[in-house]
Amino acid sequence: MIAVIDYKAGNLTSVVKALHYLDARDVVVTQSPDVVFGADKVVLPGVGHFQATQLLASLGLTEAVRESIAKGAWFLGICVGLQWLFEGSTEAPATPGLGAFAGICEHFPAKEIKQLDGKEIAVELKSPHVGWNSLEQIRPDSRLLRGVAGGSFVYFTHSWRAPVVNATATVTDYGGAFTSAVERENVMGVQFHPEKSADVGLRVFRNFVEL
Amino acid sequence: MLTKRIIACLDVRGGRVVKGVQFVDIIDAGDPAELAHRHAAEGADEVVLLDITATHEGRGTLLETVRRAAAKLFVPFTVGGGVRTADDAAAVFNAGADKVSINSAAIARPQLIGEIGSSFGAQAVIVAIDARRGAKAPEDAEVYVSGGRKPTGLRVVEWAREAESRGAGEILLTSMDTDGMRDGFDCELTAAVSQAVQIPVIASGGAGSAAHFAEVFGRGRADAALAASIFHFGVTSSRELKAQLASAGVSVRLPC
Repeated sequence: MIAVIDYKAGNLTSVVKALHYLDARDVVVTQSPDVVFGADKVVLPGVGHFQATQLLASLGLTEAVRESIAKGAWFLGICVGLQWLFEGSTEAPATPGLGAFAGICEHFPAKEIKQLDGKEIAVELKSPHVGWNSLEQIRPDSRLLRGVAGGSFVYFTHSWRAPVVNATATVTDYGGAFTSAVERENVMGVQFHPEKSADVGLRVFRNFVEL
Repeated sequence: MLTKRIIACLDVRGGRVVKGVQFVDIIDAGDPAELAHRHAAEGADEVVLLDITATHEGRGTLLETVRRAAAKLFVPFTVGGGVRTADDAAAVFNAGADKVSINSAAIARPQLIGEIGSSFGAQAVIVAIDARRGAKAPEDAEVYVSGGRKPTGLRVVEWAREAESRGAGEILLTSMDTDGMRDGFDCELTAAVSQAVQIPVIASGGAGSAAHFAEVFGRGRADAALAASIFHFGVTSSRELKAQLASAGVSVRLPC
Protein backbone atom coordinates (compact mmCIF):
# COMPACT_ATOMS: atom_id res chain seq x y z
CA MET A 1 0.00 0.00 0.00
CA ILE A 2 1.20 3.53 -0.82
CA ALA A 3 0.12 6.13 1.73
CA VAL A 4 -0.03 9.67 0.36
CA ILE A 5 0.02 12.03 3.33
CA ASP A 6 -2.56 14.81 3.24
CA TYR A 7 -1.49 17.66 5.49
CA LYS A 8 -3.72 20.29 3.92
CA ALA A 9 -0.92 21.94 1.97
CA GLY A 10 -1.78 22.24 -1.67
CA ASN A 11 -3.21 19.92 -4.16
CA LEU A 12 -2.81 16.15 -4.05
CA THR A 13 -4.87 15.45 -7.17
CA SER A 14 -1.92 15.44 -9.57
CA VAL A 15 0.27 13.17 -7.45
CA VAL A 16 -2.50 10.62 -6.96
CA LYS A 17 -3.41 10.82 -10.65
CA ALA A 18 0.18 10.06 -11.69
CA LEU A 19 0.38 7.08 -9.30
CA HIS A 20 -2.87 5.70 -10.70
CA TYR A 21 -1.66 6.26 -14.25
CA LEU A 22 1.34 4.05 -13.43
CA ASP A 23 -1.02 1.33 -12.17
CA ALA A 24 0.15 1.70 -8.58
CA ARG A 25 -2.09 -0.48 -6.40
CA ASP A 26 -3.69 0.57 -3.13
CA VAL A 27 -3.00 4.30 -3.15
CA VAL A 28 -4.51 5.77 0.02
CA VAL A 29 -4.71 9.47 0.83
CA THR A 30 -4.49 9.75 4.59
CA GLN A 31 -3.87 11.77 7.73
CA SER A 32 -3.79 8.72 9.99
CA PRO A 33 -0.49 7.76 11.71
CA ASP A 34 -1.65 4.12 11.82
CA VAL A 35 -2.25 3.99 8.07
CA VAL A 36 1.16 5.60 7.44
CA PHE A 37 2.85 3.12 9.78
CA GLY A 38 1.17 0.21 8.01
CA ALA A 39 2.17 1.30 4.48
CA ASP A 40 5.07 -0.19 2.46
CA LYS A 41 5.60 3.16 0.81
CA VAL A 42 4.90 6.68 1.98
CA VAL A 43 4.67 9.79 -0.20
CA LEU A 44 4.75 13.27 1.32
CA PRO A 45 3.77 15.80 -1.34
CA GLY A 46 3.53 19.45 -0.63
CA VAL A 47 3.64 22.85 -2.10
CA GLY A 48 3.36 25.89 0.06
CA HIS A 49 4.88 27.12 3.28
CA PHE A 50 7.30 25.09 5.41
CA GLN A 51 5.14 26.11 8.38
CA ALA A 52 2.41 23.79 7.07
CA THR A 53 4.58 20.79 8.02
CA GLN A 54 3.88 21.71 11.66
CA LEU A 55 0.61 19.84 11.20
CA LEU A 56 2.59 16.62 10.70
CA ALA A 57 3.87 16.84 14.28
CA SER A 58 0.45 17.81 15.69
CA LEU A 59 -1.22 14.83 14.00
CA GLY A 60 1.44 12.37 15.18
CA LEU A 61 2.61 11.84 11.61
CA THR A 62 6.22 12.84 12.24
CA GLU A 63 6.63 9.93 14.66
CA ALA A 64 4.75 7.57 12.34
CA VAL A 65 7.08 8.48 9.46
CA ARG A 66 10.17 8.11 11.67
CA GLU A 67 9.09 4.63 12.79
CA SER A 68 8.01 3.61 9.31
CA ILE A 69 11.40 4.62 7.89
CA ALA A 70 13.17 2.77 10.72
CA LYS A 71 11.36 -0.46 9.86
CA GLY A 72 12.38 -0.08 6.22
CA ALA A 73 9.35 1.43 4.42
CA TRP A 74 10.18 3.48 1.32
CA PHE A 75 9.68 7.22 1.72
CA LEU A 76 9.43 9.89 -0.98
CA GLY A 77 9.14 13.58 -0.12
CA ILE A 78 8.18 15.99 -2.91
CA CYS A 79 9.01 19.73 -2.94
CA VAL A 80 8.43 20.91 0.66
CA GLY A 81 8.34 17.16 1.39
CA LEU A 82 12.04 16.98 0.43
CA GLN A 83 12.86 20.08 2.48
CA TRP A 84 11.15 18.56 5.51
CA LEU A 85 13.68 15.68 5.43
CA PHE A 86 16.36 18.20 6.42
CA GLU A 87 16.70 19.80 9.85
CA GLY A 88 14.55 22.81 9.05
CA SER A 89 14.08 25.86 6.87
CA THR A 90 14.62 29.57 7.33
CA GLU A 91 11.08 29.91 5.97
CA ALA A 92 9.74 28.78 9.35
CA PRO A 93 12.66 28.64 11.82
CA ALA A 94 10.47 27.47 14.72
CA THR A 95 9.25 24.39 12.80
CA PRO A 96 11.76 21.53 12.85
CA GLY A 97 12.08 19.13 9.93
CA LEU A 98 12.54 15.37 10.30
CA GLY A 99 16.32 15.75 10.39
CA ALA A 100 17.07 12.67 8.28
CA PHE A 101 19.65 14.82 6.49
CA ALA A 102 21.87 17.51 8.00
CA GLY A 103 21.43 21.14 7.01
CA ILE A 104 18.89 23.91 6.82
CA CYS A 105 16.93 24.95 3.70
CA GLU A 106 17.47 28.56 2.71
CA HIS A 107 15.95 31.13 0.35
CA PHE A 108 17.59 31.60 -3.06
CA PRO A 109 20.07 34.48 -3.00
CA ALA A 110 18.84 37.81 -4.40
CA LYS A 111 21.79 37.98 -6.79
CA GLU A 112 24.01 35.52 -8.59
CA ILE A 113 27.55 35.96 -9.81
CA LYS A 114 28.03 35.57 -13.55
CA GLN A 115 31.09 35.74 -15.75
CA LEU A 116 30.96 38.40 -18.41
CA ASP A 117 34.03 39.06 -20.59
CA GLY A 118 36.28 37.55 -17.95
CA LYS A 119 34.82 39.71 -15.19
CA GLU A 120 32.51 38.68 -12.38
CA ILE A 121 29.26 40.62 -12.19
CA ALA A 122 26.32 40.29 -9.81
CA VAL A 123 22.98 39.97 -11.56
CA GLU A 124 19.52 39.84 -10.06
CA LEU A 125 18.17 36.33 -9.48
CA LYS A 126 14.41 36.07 -9.67
CA SER A 127 12.58 33.95 -7.16
CA PRO A 128 10.54 31.83 -7.01
CA HIS A 129 12.47 29.46 -9.26
CA VAL A 130 9.67 28.44 -11.63
CA GLY A 131 9.96 26.28 -14.71
CA TRP A 132 12.00 23.50 -16.29
CA ASN A 133 15.59 23.11 -15.17
CA SER A 134 18.09 20.28 -15.57
CA LEU A 135 19.32 17.48 -13.32
CA GLU A 136 23.12 17.41 -13.16
CA GLN A 137 25.70 15.08 -11.58
CA ILE A 138 23.19 12.27 -11.14
CA ARG A 139 24.59 9.66 -8.74
CA PRO A 140 24.91 6.43 -10.74
CA ASP A 141 23.77 4.30 -7.79
CA SER A 142 20.49 6.23 -7.32
CA ARG A 143 17.51 3.88 -7.45
CA LEU A 144 15.04 6.73 -7.70
CA LEU A 145 16.78 8.20 -10.76
CA ARG A 146 17.53 4.92 -12.52
CA GLY A 147 17.34 5.45 -16.28
CA VAL A 148 17.23 9.26 -16.01
CA ALA A 149 19.96 10.84 -18.14
CA GLY A 150 22.08 13.71 -16.85
CA GLY A 151 20.79 17.01 -18.22
CA SER A 152 17.15 15.83 -18.22
CA PHE A 153 14.64 18.59 -17.54
CA VAL A 154 12.08 18.60 -14.74
CA TYR A 155 9.56 21.15 -13.46
CA PHE A 156 10.27 23.22 -10.33
CA THR A 157 8.35 25.83 -8.38
CA HIS A 158 9.91 26.96 -5.08
CA SER A 159 11.75 29.79 -3.31
CA TRP A 160 13.69 27.82 -0.69
CA ARG A 161 16.20 25.11 -1.55
CA ALA A 162 18.06 22.35 0.26
CA PRO A 163 21.85 22.34 0.62
CA VAL A 164 24.08 19.84 -1.17
CA VAL A 165 24.94 16.98 1.22
CA ASN A 166 26.53 13.51 1.04
CA ALA A 167 23.15 11.95 0.30
CA THR A 168 22.43 14.34 -2.60
CA ALA A 169 21.45 12.24 -5.63
CA THR A 170 21.43 15.05 -8.19
CA VAL A 171 21.86 18.81 -8.21
CA THR A 172 20.34 21.66 -10.19
CA ASP A 173 21.89 25.05 -10.78
CA TYR A 174 19.98 28.21 -9.97
CA GLY A 175 22.14 30.85 -8.33
CA GLY A 176 24.44 27.94 -7.39
CA ALA A 177 23.89 24.21 -7.00
CA PHE A 178 21.11 22.93 -4.77
CA THR A 179 19.85 19.43 -3.98
CA SER A 180 17.17 18.54 -6.53
CA ALA A 181 17.00 14.93 -5.28
CA VAL A 182 18.27 13.25 -2.15
CA GLU A 183 18.50 9.53 -1.44
CA ARG A 184 19.90 7.37 1.33
CA GLU A 185 18.73 3.77 1.39
CA ASN A 186 14.92 3.92 1.76
CA VAL A 187 14.66 7.69 2.32
CA MET A 188 14.22 9.77 -0.82
CA GLY A 189 13.13 13.24 -1.79
CA VAL A 190 12.77 15.36 -4.91
CA GLN A 191 12.56 19.14 -5.04
CA PHE A 192 10.94 19.05 -8.48
CA HIS A 193 7.41 17.87 -9.26
CA PRO A 194 7.57 14.42 -10.89
CA GLU A 195 3.79 14.58 -11.45
CA LYS A 196 4.36 17.65 -13.67
CA SER A 197 7.65 16.68 -15.32
CA ALA A 198 6.38 14.74 -18.33
CA ASP A 199 8.20 11.47 -19.19
CA VAL A 200 11.18 12.12 -16.90
CA GLY A 201 8.88 12.67 -13.93
CA LEU A 202 6.83 9.56 -14.69
CA ARG A 203 10.07 7.57 -14.88
CA VAL A 204 11.01 8.76 -11.38
CA PHE A 205 7.57 7.82 -10.04
CA ARG A 206 7.72 4.46 -11.78
CA ASN A 207 11.12 3.79 -10.20
CA PHE A 208 9.58 4.51 -6.80
CA VAL A 209 6.43 2.46 -7.43
CA GLU A 210 8.54 -0.51 -8.59
CA LEU A 211 10.89 -0.51 -5.57
CA MET B 1 20.00 26.26 -16.54
CA LEU B 2 16.43 27.43 -16.08
CA THR B 3 14.80 27.38 -19.50
CA LYS B 4 12.31 29.70 -21.14
CA ARG B 5 8.85 28.14 -21.24
CA ILE B 6 6.58 27.73 -24.25
CA ILE B 7 2.97 27.53 -23.09
CA ALA B 8 0.27 26.22 -25.38
CA CYS B 9 -3.04 28.01 -24.92
CA LEU B 10 -6.46 26.59 -25.73
CA ASP B 11 -9.37 29.01 -25.95
CA VAL B 12 -12.48 27.05 -25.15
CA ARG B 13 -16.12 27.90 -25.73
CA GLY B 14 -18.94 25.50 -24.92
CA GLY B 15 -16.51 22.63 -24.49
CA ARG B 16 -14.70 23.09 -27.85
CA VAL B 17 -11.41 24.78 -28.67
CA VAL B 18 -11.96 27.90 -30.74
CA LYS B 19 -9.71 30.63 -31.95
CA GLY B 20 -10.77 34.07 -33.01
CA VAL B 21 -8.87 35.43 -35.95
CA GLN B 22 -8.67 39.23 -35.94
CA PHE B 23 -11.05 39.19 -32.95
CA VAL B 24 -14.07 38.13 -35.02
CA ASP B 25 -14.10 34.80 -36.78
CA ILE B 26 -14.39 31.79 -34.54
CA ILE B 27 -13.06 28.57 -35.99
CA ASP B 28 -13.67 25.19 -34.37
CA ALA B 29 -10.22 23.73 -33.74
CA GLY B 30 -11.21 20.59 -31.85
CA ASP B 31 -11.63 18.78 -28.56
CA PRO B 32 -9.77 20.43 -25.63
CA ALA B 33 -8.64 17.21 -23.94
CA GLU B 34 -7.31 15.80 -27.19
CA LEU B 35 -5.52 19.04 -28.08
CA ALA B 36 -4.05 19.41 -24.59
CA HIS B 37 -2.49 15.95 -24.89
CA ARG B 38 -1.26 16.63 -28.38
CA HIS B 39 0.44 19.86 -27.28
CA ALA B 40 2.13 18.09 -24.36
CA ALA B 41 3.27 15.28 -26.67
CA GLU B 42 4.59 17.84 -29.15
CA GLY B 43 6.78 19.50 -26.56
CA ALA B 44 4.74 22.28 -24.91
CA ASP B 45 6.16 23.06 -21.45
CA GLU B 46 2.71 23.84 -20.06
CA VAL B 47 -0.88 23.94 -21.20
CA VAL B 48 -3.39 26.70 -20.45
CA LEU B 49 -7.10 26.32 -21.00
CA LEU B 50 -9.09 29.55 -21.11
CA ASP B 51 -12.86 29.35 -21.03
CA ILE B 52 -13.74 32.41 -23.06
CA THR B 53 -17.46 32.20 -22.50
CA ALA B 54 -17.33 31.36 -18.80
CA THR B 55 -21.06 31.56 -18.25
CA HIS B 56 -22.68 30.23 -15.12
CA GLU B 57 -24.46 27.51 -17.12
CA GLY B 58 -21.19 26.50 -18.72
CA ARG B 59 -19.37 25.69 -15.44
CA GLY B 60 -20.31 22.02 -15.43
CA THR B 61 -19.10 21.61 -18.99
CA LEU B 62 -15.85 23.36 -18.15
CA LEU B 63 -15.10 21.18 -15.11
CA GLU B 64 -15.80 18.06 -17.14
CA THR B 65 -13.48 19.37 -19.85
CA VAL B 66 -10.76 20.10 -17.26
CA ARG B 67 -11.17 16.62 -15.79
CA ARG B 68 -10.81 14.94 -19.18
CA ALA B 69 -7.86 17.11 -20.18
CA ALA B 70 -6.07 16.63 -16.84
CA ALA B 71 -6.54 12.86 -16.71
CA LYS B 72 -3.38 12.06 -18.66
CA LEU B 73 -1.61 15.41 -18.69
CA PHE B 74 1.74 15.41 -16.88
CA VAL B 75 2.90 18.96 -17.48
CA PRO B 76 1.65 22.00 -15.55
CA PHE B 77 -1.98 22.74 -16.41
CA THR B 78 -3.61 26.14 -15.89
CA VAL B 79 -7.31 26.92 -16.17
CA GLY B 80 -8.76 30.40 -16.54
CA GLY B 81 -12.12 31.97 -17.18
CA GLY B 82 -14.98 32.36 -14.77
CA VAL B 83 -13.00 31.82 -11.55
CA ARG B 84 -14.65 34.40 -9.28
CA THR B 85 -14.33 32.90 -5.80
CA ALA B 86 -11.98 30.66 -3.82
CA ASP B 87 -14.67 27.94 -4.16
CA ASP B 88 -14.61 28.24 -7.97
CA ALA B 89 -10.84 27.83 -7.80
CA ALA B 90 -11.11 24.79 -5.51
CA ALA B 91 -13.50 23.12 -7.97
CA VAL B 92 -11.04 23.68 -10.82
CA PHE B 93 -8.11 22.31 -8.73
CA ASN B 94 -10.14 19.27 -7.72
CA ALA B 95 -10.85 18.63 -11.39
CA GLY B 96 -7.08 18.40 -11.95
CA ALA B 97 -5.74 21.90 -12.69
CA ASP B 98 -2.43 22.95 -11.12
CA LYS B 99 -2.93 26.69 -11.43
CA VAL B 100 -5.83 29.04 -11.98
CA SER B 101 -5.65 32.24 -13.93
CA ILE B 102 -7.78 35.10 -12.60
CA ASN B 103 -8.38 38.42 -14.30
CA SER B 104 -11.50 40.60 -13.83
CA ALA B 105 -12.34 38.92 -10.51
CA ALA B 106 -8.95 39.92 -9.07
CA ILE B 107 -9.52 43.54 -10.12
CA ALA B 108 -13.00 43.54 -8.59
CA ARG B 109 -11.76 41.96 -5.34
CA PRO B 110 -7.96 41.84 -5.01
CA GLN B 111 -8.20 39.79 -1.76
CA LEU B 112 -9.16 36.83 -3.96
CA ILE B 113 -5.48 36.42 -4.90
CA GLY B 114 -4.48 35.81 -1.29
CA GLU B 115 -7.55 33.69 -0.55
CA ILE B 116 -6.71 31.17 -3.27
CA GLY B 117 -2.99 31.31 -2.45
CA SER B 118 -3.50 30.59 1.24
CA SER B 119 -5.23 27.26 0.48
CA PHE B 120 -3.36 26.14 -2.63
CA GLY B 121 -0.06 28.04 -2.52
CA ALA B 122 1.07 31.15 -4.37
CA GLN B 123 2.45 29.03 -7.23
CA ALA B 124 -1.15 28.08 -8.07
CA VAL B 125 -2.34 31.65 -8.71
CA ILE B 126 -1.70 33.41 -12.00
CA VAL B 127 -2.98 36.96 -12.30
CA ALA B 128 -3.83 37.67 -15.94
CA ILE B 129 -3.60 41.28 -17.06
CA ASP B 130 -5.07 42.56 -20.32
CA ALA B 131 -3.13 45.68 -21.27
CA ARG B 132 -3.64 48.38 -23.84
CA ARG B 133 -1.39 51.38 -24.46
CA GLY B 134 -1.82 52.45 -28.09
CA ALA B 135 0.99 54.90 -28.75
CA LYS B 136 1.63 55.61 -25.05
CA ALA B 137 4.77 54.67 -23.08
CA PRO B 138 4.83 51.19 -21.46
CA GLU B 139 4.57 52.77 -17.99
CA ASP B 140 1.25 54.33 -19.04
CA ALA B 141 -0.33 51.13 -20.33
CA GLU B 142 -3.78 50.62 -18.84
CA VAL B 143 -5.47 47.50 -17.47
CA TYR B 144 -8.65 46.43 -19.30
CA VAL B 145 -11.28 43.91 -18.21
CA SER B 146 -14.28 42.14 -19.75
CA GLY B 147 -12.29 40.60 -22.57
CA GLY B 148 -10.43 43.83 -23.22
CA ARG B 149 -13.56 45.97 -23.61
CA LYS B 150 -13.61 47.96 -20.35
CA PRO B 151 -10.82 50.27 -19.16
CA THR B 152 -10.16 50.22 -15.40
CA GLY B 153 -8.01 53.32 -14.94
CA LEU B 154 -5.30 51.11 -13.37
CA ARG B 155 -1.75 51.22 -14.67
CA VAL B 156 -0.42 47.84 -15.73
CA VAL B 157 2.94 48.06 -13.94
CA GLU B 158 1.32 49.18 -10.68
CA TRP B 159 -1.33 46.48 -10.79
CA ALA B 160 1.32 43.84 -11.48
CA ARG B 161 3.23 45.01 -8.37
CA GLU B 162 0.09 44.92 -6.28
CA ALA B 163 -0.82 41.43 -7.54
CA GLU B 164 2.66 40.25 -6.54
CA SER B 165 2.42 41.80 -3.08
CA ARG B 166 -0.97 40.11 -2.59
CA GLY B 167 0.58 36.74 -3.33
CA ALA B 168 0.29 36.08 -7.08
CA GLY B 169 2.71 33.38 -8.27
CA GLU B 170 2.98 34.53 -11.88
CA ILE B 171 1.73 37.31 -14.16
CA LEU B 172 0.16 36.50 -17.53
CA LEU B 173 0.46 39.70 -19.52
CA THR B 174 -1.58 40.04 -22.71
CA SER B 175 -1.15 43.02 -24.96
CA MET B 176 -4.53 43.88 -26.49
CA ASP B 177 -2.66 46.05 -28.99
CA THR B 178 -0.71 43.17 -30.49
CA ASP B 179 -3.09 40.26 -29.78
CA GLY B 180 -4.18 38.36 -32.88
CA MET B 181 -1.96 40.40 -35.19
CA ARG B 182 0.86 37.81 -35.49
CA ASP B 183 3.24 40.74 -35.71
CA GLY B 184 5.27 40.18 -32.55
CA PHE B 185 4.86 40.64 -28.79
CA ASP B 186 4.91 44.02 -27.07
CA CYS B 187 8.50 43.63 -25.83
CA GLU B 188 8.74 47.08 -24.22
CA LEU B 189 5.65 46.53 -22.11
CA THR B 190 6.71 42.98 -21.16
CA ALA B 191 10.16 44.22 -20.10
CA ALA B 192 8.64 47.02 -18.02
CA VAL B 193 6.45 44.55 -16.11
CA SER B 194 9.18 41.91 -15.79
CA GLN B 195 11.57 44.43 -14.24
CA ALA B 196 8.90 45.68 -11.85
CA VAL B 197 8.23 42.27 -10.23
CA GLN B 198 10.20 39.28 -8.94
CA ILE B 199 7.65 36.66 -10.03
CA PRO B 200 7.71 35.16 -13.53
CA VAL B 201 6.02 37.03 -16.36
CA ILE B 202 4.32 35.14 -19.18
CA ALA B 203 4.08 37.18 -22.37
CA SER B 204 1.02 36.85 -24.58
CA GLY B 205 -0.38 38.43 -27.69
CA GLY B 206 1.14 38.79 -31.10
CA ALA B 207 3.14 35.62 -31.67
CA GLY B 208 3.56 34.89 -35.36
CA SER B 209 7.04 33.41 -35.71
CA ALA B 210 9.92 31.88 -33.74
CA ALA B 211 11.80 35.17 -34.04
CA HIS B 212 9.01 36.89 -32.09
CA PHE B 213 9.54 34.46 -29.21
CA ALA B 214 13.31 35.01 -29.26
CA GLU B 215 12.68 38.77 -29.05
CA VAL B 216 10.31 38.59 -26.10
CA PHE B 217 12.66 36.25 -24.19
CA GLY B 218 15.58 38.59 -24.87
CA ARG B 219 14.60 42.23 -25.10
CA GLY B 220 11.20 41.58 -23.47
CA ARG B 221 12.73 39.74 -20.46
CA ALA B 222 9.81 37.30 -20.43
CA ASP B 223 10.19 34.07 -18.46
CA ALA B 224 7.59 32.27 -20.56
CA ALA B 225 5.43 32.96 -23.58
CA LEU B 226 1.97 31.90 -24.56
CA ALA B 227 1.20 30.65 -28.02
CA ALA B 228 -2.25 29.88 -29.32
CA SER B 229 -3.15 30.30 -32.93
CA ILE B 230 0.25 29.53 -34.41
CA PHE B 231 -0.06 25.92 -33.23
CA HIS B 232 -3.65 25.07 -33.96
CA PHE B 233 -3.51 24.55 -37.65
CA GLY B 234 -0.16 22.80 -37.83
CA VAL B 235 1.83 25.97 -38.52
CA THR B 236 4.43 24.63 -36.14
CA SER B 237 4.73 22.51 -32.99
CA SER B 238 6.33 23.53 -29.69
CA ARG B 239 9.18 21.15 -30.50
CA GLU B 240 9.88 22.84 -33.85
CA LEU B 241 9.52 26.25 -32.26
CA LYS B 242 11.98 25.31 -29.51
CA ALA B 243 14.48 23.88 -31.98
CA GLN B 244 14.44 27.23 -33.79
CA LEU B 245 14.80 29.10 -30.48
CA ALA B 246 17.72 26.90 -29.44
CA SER B 247 19.57 27.73 -32.64
CA ALA B 248 18.92 31.40 -31.89
CA GLY B 249 20.67 30.92 -28.53
CA VAL B 250 17.58 30.76 -26.29
CA SER B 251 17.74 28.14 -23.54
CA VAL B 252 14.75 25.81 -23.89
CA ARG B 253 13.72 22.32 -22.75
CA LEU B 254 15.06 20.03 -25.47
CA PRO B 255 14.74 17.16 -26.13
CA CYS B 256 11.13 17.19 -25.06
